[in-house]
Amino acid sequence: MGKWTRRAFIASGVVTGGALAIGVAIRPGDRRERVAGLVAGRDDVLFNVWLKLSPDNTVTAIVPHAEMGQGAHTTLAMMLADELDADWEQVTMQEAPAHEEYANYALARGFALGDRELPVFLTGTVDGFFLAATKMMGLQITGGSMSVRTTGQYAMRVAGAAARAMLKSAAAADWRVPASELETVSGRIVHAASGRSAPFAAFAASAAALDEPPAPRLKSAGEFRIMGRSPARFDVPGKVDGTAVFGIDVTLPGMKYAAVRAAPVFGARVASFDPASVQELPGVRRVVDLGDAVAIVADGYWQAQQALARLDVTFTGSGNENVDQAGLFRQFSADLDRAEAGGGFDTDVALGDADSALERAERIIGAEYRVPYLAHATMEPMNCTARVANGACELWLGTQNPLGFAKEVAEALDLDVDRVTLHNQYLGGGFGRRSFADYAIQAARIAAELPYPVKLIWSREEDMRHDHYRQAGISRFRAALDSDGTPLAWQNSYLDKHDPEEAPHIPYAIAHQLIRYTTSRTHVPWGFWRSVDHSLHAFFTESFIDELAAAAGRDPYRYRRELLAGRPRFRDVLDLAAEKSSWDRPLPAGHGRGIAIHESFGTIVAQVAEVEIVDGRAHTRRVVCAVDAGFAVHPDGLRAQMESGIVYGLTAALFGEISIRGGAVAQSNFHDYEMLRMRAAPAIETHILNGGGRTGGGGEPGTPAIAPAVANAIFDATGTRIRELPIKHHDLSIRDLEGADVA
Amino acid sequence: PQTPLLWVIREQLGLPGTKFGCGIAQCGACTVHVAGRAVRSCVMPVAVAAGQPVTTIEGLAPAGGLHPLQRAWIDEQVPQCGYCQSGQLMAAAALLAANPQPDDAAIDDAMNGIICRCGTYGRIRRGIRRAAAAMAADRETDDG
Repeated sequence: MGKWTRRAFIASGVVTGGALAIGVAIRPGDRRERVAGLVAGRDDVLFNVWLKLSPDNTVTAIVPHAEMGQGAHTTLAMMLADELDADWEQVTMQEAPAHEEYANYALARGFALGDRELPVFLTGTVDGFFLAATKMMGLQITGGSMSVRTTGQYAMRVAGAAARAMLKSAAAADWRVPASELETVSGRIVHAASGRSAPFAAFAASAAALDEPPAPRLKSAGEFRIMGRSPARFDVPGKVDGTAVFGIDVTLPGMKYAAVRAAPVFGARVASFDPASVQELPGVRRVVDLGDAVAIVADGYWQAQQALARLDVTFTGSGNENVDQAGLFRQFSADLDRAEAGGGFDTDVALGDADSALERAERIIGAEYRVPYLAHATMEPMNCTARVANGACELWLGTQNPLGFAKEVAEALDLDVDRVTLHNQYLGGGFGRRSFADYAIQAARIAAELPYPVKLIWSREEDMRHDHYRQAGISRFRAALDSDGTPLAWQNSYLDKHDPEEAPHIPYAIAHQLIRYTTSRTHVPWGFWRSVDHSLHAFFTESFIDELAAAAGRDPYRYRRELLAGRPRFRDVLDLAAEKSSWDRPLPAGHGRGIAIHESFGTIVAQVAEVEIVDGRAHTRRVVCAVDAGFAVHPDGLRAQMESGIVYGLTAALFGEISIRGGAVAQSNFHDYEMLRMRAAPAIETHILNGGGRTGGGGEPGTPAIAPAVANAIFDATGTRIRELPIKHHDLSIRDLEGADVA
Repeated sequence: PQTPLLWVIREQLGLPGTKFGCGIAQCGACTVHVAGRAVRSCVMPVAVAAGQPVTTIEGLAPAGGLHPLQRAWIDEQVPQCGYCQSGQLMAAAALLAANPQPDDAAIDDAMNGIICRCGTYGRIRRGIRRAAAAMAADRETDDG
């Protein structure tokens, strides 16, 4: 372990423009004894603000996360306001700027601990909390279902509590009463004994002169006044009257529009095109060769698109022109075979001795599952407005990763990173896609050629064919069952590990487990896709455990339940979903019910899906979802995220398939990359269980369990086991035992 | 004249509430009213709309107020990312204008053309029912 010798840091209250600001400053020469010796640099100053208290008593939470519908802006402000005892009517939020003190990449990169853990003496102190939060904010990424459980817990709550303690101290000094006699109620300091009361703002200046409490006491759940309620989200009104500004809505004076076409085969380059063939078309200003793409800049976006459609572009070969989907899966299969034959696996989990248990077993069940590539298909296609002038670049866009984008754009334009400024807007869907900077780099490179700002908009076709795709893959299982059908050994071999590492883990008490993976390289760009590896592993593991239950002749809910005897939180969530779905109530013929449970991002989710088979197709009628995220800070927001995650995962399970043909993506738009629509949308009920303990994430955990829940429901209805997604490829006509059609 | 109405609305008229999603009338993010009917503005040449009243999300409510659907959308906290919601609201408004008390099948039919990637479909259904009830109550008050 490396010696911890970076910079000092202190939480700080300062008055700026009459407002009290609480945050963390990193600066040289911290005088506190315990950290003084750790100071290394003497030149860096970084000040991050979490909370501002204005003279009119307005509390502003400064939220370093993007809003893409997950409700982070509102929920994080609630966490701060609750610890402060603010009046919610006086609370507002502001998204942290993605530049200057919040986005100085050089500072953020070098800041503090690198990959090291916090020194023990700091955890639990205000410095420790802020340090952890600032370290994350140095990345300023919105993803990994992290906002509430990290920034919220470590920065927002602590900033609110610290400010509350400081305001009380200041009031106590002013009124000459013990701070212990003061209470904070809805934005005011109250001294019951004397009947005195004043708004927080009255003490802002004097509070700022005080030292911060080293370890402000955080409320227990019983003391929450705002957390646990569901106030209306800040971003909703602007999203019902058309005033919310997304990246695509930004307009600058003199701005022109760009359409782009990248080489369809990943890795190919532009070989030739004739700019003169489109130069005379209406509105066309410039044709820009980006090396791997051609862009046309015009007075209007439609004009740019029309000209691009008329431009013949030839592309170089990249060696991938003959890659197709069937060949990729042959490669995957062969690579797994090779690893199995030659032991070329990396190990995830090795418990007991699965190999010997399988050798000894009376009964072995095996299965292989496959999933295709998936695109994100955010409703707002990728776009970015850029202005490059005087050695500086400004970008207006929606991004989940402002600092990473600034760095990549700076590298592409050969600028210092502090010459790149991002203006983050509402995101018309993120789902992981907007953490990749390709569209921002394109816009910046086009703008660098032009004396005016340019708005680059990808067509839907471009968006679908140049995504960063959820991996396709294969997962193989072998399990040993004892004479009762109880699993003794679980062996799982799969392809391509990304993140999070625990995605293929199972919660079940199976003594011998071997979970391992190998890699199969392709030329298809990979990307974080809502819930990342969980999106496929939950389908694999929760389908296979269902197969084991069926092989054992046992009820799939109770079979899981017995294997979860040592995991009470899982069992409680499973029980809740089963109970609320009326698991034991018989269904009409042609209907089926399936269950699945999966933990991701610290949150346990169980879902029961009910399907009806009509003309060989599965219709998901109802989904009952039980969720334990520790504590639901904004219960309606958590419900909304479960609904959203379920629809996102169900869309993929039923229809989602990106296939590779001639080295390129075969799909292009919503007619061939189908979306779940209103008619097919199931009724969704979410039941929240506050199991306590560590707070889990909300944005992604709704997604993983739905594919196996629906696949298991289809098995229940039809006897057909879905081992390959999407479900639309399967003929689900209900057959009798002889295999004859009875439908 | 062949330019789709969508781009005239967004770029020339400076009304960005109407969104671009697919360009081929598959997603409905661009839905506006032309002569009171919900149309996909991304495939309608502006010449076809010439001489007809066009209403976008910016004109859905009377000045300074909210359409009952917008109020219901806030009450039900319908939007998530919000990008499709202009199209959802315009489609729902056309539905309620033609059919003030739609049943579930009518809602599904009218709304099936508007994709929501955030999966707000259940809340949209509830929002439409809530707005329909509020509008019916208003009519009764007016009649009384």
